[in-house]
Amino acid sequence: MKKYFLFVFAFLACISIFNAQSLLDSLDSKKVPSVKLKDINGKEFNTSNLGFKGPVVISFWATWCTPCKRELMAIHEQYEEWQEETGVTLVAVSIDDEKTKRDVITYANGKAWDYLVLLDPNGDFRRSMGVNNVPHTFLLDTEGNIVYTHNNYAPGDEEHLYEEIKKVVKK
Amino acid sequence: MRNICMKKLRKLSKNKVVLVVFLLLSTAGIGQGNLTGNIESTFQYLNDDPVINAFQPPSKGLINSYMNVFYTHSGFKAGMRVESYLPRIQGYPNRFDGTGIGFRYVGYVNQKVDVTLGHFYEQFGSGLSLRTYEDRALGYDNALDGIRLIVKPTKGIQIKGVYGNQRLSFTNGRVVNSDGIVRAIDAELSLNEAIASIKDFPLEMSLGGSFVSKFQLDDDDNLVLPENVGAYGGRVKLGYKKFRLDGEYILKEQDPSIDNGKVYNYGHACVLNFGYSTKGLGLTLSAKSIDNMSFRSDRNKELQDVFINYLPALNKTHTYNLVATLYPYATQPLGEVAYQFDLIYTIKKGSKVGGKYGTTLGLNASTTYRPEHYLNGGNVNGANRVYYRSKAFDRSDSLYWRDININVTRKVNKKLLLLLSYYNITINNDVAKISNDATGIISSHIAVAEASYKINAKHNIRIEAQGLFVNKKSDGAINDKGNWATTLIEYTVSPHYFISFLNQYNYGNPDEEKRVNYPNVSAGYIHESTRFMVSYGRQRAGLFCVGGVCRFVPANNGLTISFTQSF
Repeated sequence: MKKYFLFVFAFLACISIFNAQSLLDSLDSKKVPSVKLKDINGKEFNTSNLGFKGPVVISFWATWCTPCKRELMAIHEQYEEWQEETGVTLVAVSIDDEKTKRDVITYANGKAWDYLVLLDPNGDFRRSMGVNNVPHTFLLDTEGNIVYTHNNYAPGDEEHLYEEIKKVVKK
Repeated sequence: MRNICMKKLRKLSKNKVVLVVFLLLSTAGIGQGNLTGNIESTFQYLNDDPVINAFQPPSKGLINSYMNVFYTHSGFKAGMRVESYLPRIQGYPNRFDGTGIGFRYVGYVNQKVDVTLGHFYEQFGSGLSLRTYEDRALGYDNALDGIRLIVKPTKGIQIKGVYGNQRLSFTNGRVVNSDGIVRAIDAELSLNEAIASIKDFPLEMSLGGSFVSKFQLDDDDNLVLPENVGAYGGRVKLGYKKFRLDGEYILKEQDPSIDNGKVYNYGHACVLNFGYSTKGLGLTLSAKSIDNMSFRSDRNKELQDVFINYLPALNKTHTYNLVATLYPYATQPLGEVAYQFDLIYTIKKGSKVGGKYGTTLGLNASTTYRPEHYLNGGNVNGANRVYYRSKAFDRSDSLYWRDININVTRKVNKKLLLLLSYYNITINNDVAKISNDATGIISSHIAVAEASYKINAKHNIRIEAQGLFVNKKSDGAINDKGNWATTLIEYTVSPHYFISFLNQYNYGNPDEEKRVNYPNVSAGYIHESTRFMVSYGRQRAGLFCVGGVCRFVPANNGLTISFTQSF
């Protein structure tokens, strides 16, 4: 009987280790959690299944965040080229709340952006993605795995991001 | 360790192996879920600096830390936040202390239902009736603790029900809830999704309605207070090609509170937005009317405590140092009528005016007035305690706030970006109190010039020059703290490093001894989602605002180290 308990104990210990291991493995291939957000035209999207073929860049931003806007402006200048070369889609997730949410469509269209602009006014998606502050950019490969993240913007970062996008396409 | 495990497992008899394999398979499933979260920690070491009224706290060092963990696996969800204040950093609400769990929930979600038990954040419509959220920078968290059920019976219809207590504070490492109970229901119908025949109709329509009720025992010996107070209303959203129109109206029942002087008036909140946008041009016109709309789960609370609803200010959130932090405006929940106009226009690149890379113009104006109250002839202590009558959008001539601003952004060439901005800000310090040194209306002009120069593919330098000029009072005296000048120099090396120097100089202070500099230097290192920042210097006292919510941060002088990590 004592032996049996020992087995059970050993077995439970092993499970916990296996579990920890598989948990770590799952962290390496993290996916985007499912949150339902509306775009600036009112159409609903599920964040875990955005429905794009190529790689996807998810960029958290706000109308009151200057570096965020600068990053999206810098990518905007090269976006056409990026899309042609890699088939990438940029999803700009605005974390503006009700105070400034009305300005998001004004700004995005005023800047002539071609991005999919989603609204996250109460931070549901932001929280589930573990975003502390903006700008925060995530790159997803064609299977939807998060392969690169960056929490800042300095001029030149967009080139670094593009290198990462090209790596995803080459795989 | 794994090898030892395997050896032990091999020793087991065949039957037991089957059992073990079965259990392993079933538990391995747990490991396949999705785990996300983040960590944030801010440490301060502060010095005495009597010139700016900054004092060293007894513990010298201060630290705030947070960690969120969220787990989802095939419909199951669970999450929590551990927070720690040992003790809290400067300016944080004074009842935050200790270490413990500040937020936790479990739940289940599928295509039709989404149920959460424990803490949750929720927003109905534009938040005028209910919004719970966390804003860590402000130390604001009014999460509900209870149950939330979201049901989607058919396409295009969503019904939400919530029931819970609101988080008030965090003391001795434990959440302290507010007195009252909040119960609420919300329904939203997207006509184009719900009715298949109008799916591709160019006119997009959605409707919504909400009912929120709070319960709190009557704790007044002299008055008969309503123990159940409801707030309800509806919203509409229309979109037609490049045009959109949306609005929400919420009516609040009699809700005598400390805030409103225990009057028995009904309250209302109404927001209307009209927009037109096409590629290269965006335009929004907004209007807002608020009266007696402080709606809290505890009628005896004040300031930013336990608001059930959210009443953001109707103005642009500015980002330049002097514009954002010196004269910010927050909504007056007791009443205001506000209007805003916002325009963004990009002049095409390649055109003569637009230049090779295009030029963007921004124009924004907002204004807020006190609503007109028609007194009932009696006083507030009259029999029915209905003190006045008011109508939505009926404003008086008493100005609370006005902001007219214009900015131009132009990319001159591949390396140089220029930005010019002008702001004219007027704020009524007797109502929206932002300074103890000012009286009446503060009127100011602010000019900002910014240049960003890309030295090479990775190195960039950015410079800001800002000036704030305050109009003199009618008797010729300097209002508030007088004029200010701010300079900022920032050097970045993509993608890992930055260093910046900021100096605010209060050269126009009427008190010569207070004409001081507030220098601050900061540097940071970023690697993917890890961010580490150190800064040292003086910080001016002032209101720190996010959205329409503000907190007062006292002056300080010292070292701040912050670390954030997402996973």
